[in-house]
Amino acid sequence: MQDEPTPIELTKAVADFLRNDIAPLISGHQAFKLRVAVNILDLVTRQLTLEEGSDAAEVERLRTLLGMDGSVTELNRVLADRIAKGQVDLATPGLAEHLWATTMDKLAVDQPNYASYKRELGRRV
Amino acid sequence: MIEAELSRSVVRWCKGATGVAGAEKLSGGASQETWRFDIVHPDGVIGAILRRSPKGYGAAPTRAAGLAAEAQLMQLAYEAGVPSPRVMHVLTPEDDLGTGFIMQRVEGETIARKILRDDEFAAARPLLARQIGGILAGLHQLPQDKLPELRNRGATQEISDFERDYRSLNWPKPVFELALRWLRDHDPGPSAETTLVHGDFRNGNLIVGPDGVRAVLDWELAHLGDPMEDLGWVCVNSWRFGEIDKPVGGFGAREELFEGYEAVGRKVDPARVKFWEVMGTLRWGIMCGGMMQRFREGPDHSMERAMIGRRASETEIDLLRLLAPRGS
Repeated sequence: MQDEPTPIELTKAVADFLRNDIAPLISGHQAFKLRVAVNILDLVTRQLTLEEGSDAAEVERLRTLLGMDGSVTELNRVLADRIAKGQVDLATPGLAEHLWATTMDKLAVDQPNYASYKRELGRRV
Repeated sequence: MIEAELSRSVVRWCKGATGVAGAEKLSGGASQETWRFDIVHPDGVIGAILRRSPKGYGAAPTRAAGLAAEAQLMQLAYEAGVPSPRVMHVLTPEDDLGTGFIMQRVEGETIARKILRDDEFAAARPLLARQIGGILAGLHQLPQDKLPELRNRGATQEISDFERDYRSLNWPKPVFELALRWLRDHDPGPSAETTLVHGDFRNGNLIVGPDGVRAVLDWELAHLGDPMEDLGWVCVNSWRFGEIDKPVGGFGAREELFEGYEAVGRKVDPARVKFWEVMGTLRWGIMCGGMMQRFREGPDHSMERAMIGRRASETEIDLLRLLAPRGS
């Protein structure tokens, strides 16, 4: 087991330093690039925080849906393949719910401010 | 140093011009650059834009129409009254500037977020969806016998091309698979009418002033095909920049777009428009995947490209909203 602080704590510390101490000092194209860099660190922090739980839930749904076991990557490959072959579609019980849950979990990491995501987050299903 | 070459070029074809000043690079991919500069003239400075492939970059990407075709299309559009910059000069080998063209600069804003938020455009915004309909109608009726050679792409061919692009990424995405199936199941087949299609008509490629659209830019992806493709692409959620209830570029309703289009005597097929909106959403998602791949394989190891790769999930939620909407 690795020592602490955790990767989440470390990336957050770097992002905060760049945002609070460095960003006010620079301008122009470098400031734009710095904003992108801070956004990347924020994304990584969100992923480190959320990934374990959302991947576990995704694997659980995929196992039920596909009737087989495997890693999250392997199971996604099988699902993609079955949709391509027409063996699974939106009429398949659970598929739409699974894709929605997975996509919402992705947006929570990638782009929590994306308007479509915020709209769907507020919707009661 | 580009100023010396530009000066030599400009004095040859622009009567009275004595040189150029203030050349500044606006954007530059590996194969295409855009420069702004001023032509110095006794009657007053003329704002100009150079679009070029620098020397040594001859071949355009497979989907691109090429800069010569782009110049010809912009000139045709300008003459037909479709808002477009005036093409002043098409580069020749004597110019020693590569291949491309020089056009008159149109002042205005292209940054979508500013057009959608700034007070300066408040009066223009409610008019834009309808105006865009009229512009697209004008663009689709440009005389076909005067068009340069362009690739011809219908729905069926496009689905196959995007599927091939997607598979080449080796990036299994169940939502994209679902969209590909939906597109195959809803393929409207050949369009009753084949017209010029702009191919990238959207918020970001339009110069807008307080009075509305002043110019349509980036004719790189122009081709012959289904005119409804342009109407669907301009409605893709990715170009609404947060204004998700205003499908036409974040400006207004589909109905306004359609009315503007039909006011000129052309017909809209809403089912085809929806098909192309789904196609366009997937297309942008696959393009994000392409960015991810180029980031990973280099030579452009930029953070921006990496982050665009991560935007594919935005198109996944938009595809689900289109194809499997949750109880509303």
